[in-house]
Amino acid sequence: MGTLVYFSSASGNTHRFIERLGAPAHRIASKRSEPTPLVKEPYILVLPTYSDGYGRGAVAKQVIGFLNDAQQRELIRGVIASGNRNFGRYFAYAGDVVSQKCNVPLLYRFELAGTATDISRVENGIKNFWKWNS
Amino acid sequence: MTVLTATHSATLRIPRAINWNRLEDDKDLEIWNRLTANFWLPEKIPLSNDIQSWGTLHPDEQLLTIRVFTGLTLLDTIQNTIGAPALMADALTPHEEAVLTNIAFMEAVHARSYSSVFSTLCQMSDVDDAFRWSEENEHLQAKSRLILDEYDAGSSPLKRKIASVFLESFLFYSGFYLPMHWSSRAKLTNTADLIRLIIRDEAVHGYYIGYKFQRMCERLNPDEYNRTKDFAFSLMFDLYDIESKYTQSLYDCVGLSEDVKHFLHYNANKALMNLGFEALFPESVCQVNPAIMAALSPNADENHDFFSGSGSSYVIGKTVATEDEDWDF
Repeated sequence: MGTLVYFSSASGNTHRFIERLGAPAHRIASKRSEPTPLVKEPYILVLPTYSDGYGRGAVAKQVIGFLNDAQQRELIRGVIASGNRNFGRYFAYAGDVVSQKCNVPLLYRFELAGTATDISRVENGIKNFWKWNS
Repeated sequence: MTVLTATHSATLRIPRAINWNRLEDDKDLEIWNRLTANFWLPEKIPLSNDIQSWGTLHPDEQLLTIRVFTGLTLLDTIQNTIGAPALMADALTPHEEAVLTNIAFMEAVHARSYSSVFSTLCQMSDVDDAFRWSEENEHLQAKSRLILDEYDAGSSPLKRKIASVFLESFLFYSGFYLPMHWSSRAKLTNTADLIRLIIRDEAVHGYYIGYKFQRMCERLNPDEYNRTKDFAFSLMFDLYDIESKYTQSLYDCVGLSEDVKHFLHYNANKALMNLGFEALFPESVCQVNPAIMAALSPNADENHDFFSGSGSSYVIGKTVATEDEDWDF
């Protein structure tokens, strides 16, 4: 059974999603001065998307900093991304970027803080995922 | 020469020069960068390619489209000239004020865009009729009145932000539905491209103003917060009531009212999420037509629910060394 690692800025949408999910999760610090969690077990990364209208800057700098640590990056097993469908083809684009860069599956996408359906799908999904991928 | 006579003696406070290298809130620069990167003008969209398509619409459908766009023009005009400027006085940082000037200007661009659509596709007399219609339509006037009452100086910074997020993230959508509908039928596709740019901008505006609302709420005690939240839900109910009638008055003739309402519920929930609140409408009434969702975000209907597949096996590649620059796309 793995864990979750997530990033949420001060707008708090991803944080609220994780809270409602109720699963253990490590939060990547918002400020570089704050300590980043040291994760020692396989994890699924949950992250919001910050791209402009051309897909640039989709992944938050703090997440890039976290994934640039080779030891931490080796433990990522999948990615869940949030965003807003108003961004068209770049909806939840951070998930595509991380999926390609780290060669792990994009497991799920949701909007803003997610709906009840999103929560239950992800809750069941990660349980099954870890049965096969622990 | 009365025009040169001072009418009041209040002295304007000299502001501090804005220093973008000293931020009090990183979100201000993040949003400034995103908004300026997204800047656009209607001239970049080849609207004239829609002239032939416009001719295939039934006169009732043309009338509906002109009216819907006129209604959207009114909302953009309100946000440009009253809404965003009213928020400036409440700004917590000088950078927030600067971001709001960008938001105000883009709302002017949005309002101007609908006139570009009109001048490209429509008879001016039909457009003039629609503008007259907008001044007399009771539902359009009623929702404008509710929003303006909260932009008024007698209201409060928190209420102004709530009204603004509801305008940006909820009230536009009874209108945005129609170009997405036409686009899903391969009609007015260039106009739809223009509307998608507006939709993208409104998402950032709603997000940012909602974020600033949440920052202000951090200063409230639980009782004050609950009263603010009650106000927000109550205003949403009132606006929804009007939107529902407005929707029926426009879309009943083409049989789309129920479909539009699902889209309204879905967007009302997103507006509330921008303010940090939970959803109001149950998911059973937020089942937006998949064709509309696909028109909104072309890759949205691709199956990215890996969980619902077997999920039994995949190969993890070797991790490669990365640097910050590798991620800069």
